[in-house]
Amino acid sequence: MGKSLIGNNVRKLRFNHNEMTQQQLADQVGVTRQTIVTIEKGNYSPSLELAFRIARVFGLPLEDVFFLEDHQ
Amino acid sequence: MSYQEKKNIVSLISSLLIFGIYSFYVFQKYQDRSLDQTDAFSFWGAFILILIPVTIAAKIIISIAFSIFYNVTTNEKEPSFADELDKLIALKATRNSHYGFVFGFLLAMGSLVLHMQPSVMFIILICSGLASEIVGVVSQLYYYRKGV
Repeated sequence: MGKSLIGNNVRKLRFNHNEMTQQQLADQVGVTRQTIVTIEKGNYSPSLELAFRIARVFGLPLEDVFFLEDHQ
Repeated sequence: MSYQEKKNIVSLISSLLIFGIYSFYVFQKYQDRSLDQTDAFSFWGAFILILIPVTIAAKIIISIAFSIFYNVTTNEKEPSFADELDKLIALKATRNSHYGFVFGFLLAMGSLVLHMQPSVMFIILICSGLASEIVGVVSQLYYYRKGV
């Protein structure tokens, strides 16, 4: 629960992709806007399938969108 | 606040209202009657059996009314499907809800062991049913807000 160990650049990437809205991204990957909000906040680590679909929307490899956060 | 959170708040309020109004109606109707042992079992059985369809029907009506109200006030359509996050949250909330009911069930059985009135057992069972529903809805609210 709470902050996951998986960080992401989804918000930044959306902004760089013509300021794509959360709803547009959600529609493209087949989830609700709430799920995109939760992922961006770092409160949910998506399934591998969803992570790959998000990366594909941005045309980037998975590790450029999601990364393991360093908790030291 | 997201659609899912609003829906859960409406669900919580409607559960409390339906249970409160139904209980008030039934106990007003039967408060003057003294029940012997057989009547008491029949009364509590009927209370539970009628409460279930009443709750289901009222919740369907409230859910439709909320959907229409949400569409009109926000000009947004509610999500037409449950995605992986919704399913995960629903599963965790159901688990918490079951824990709540099992705890209530054990309390109800405990009341029989302590030779309390059977009506005490039924009251604990019914209250634990309500409490488990509240636990489920509050869990969903919590998971949507804090994440899973």
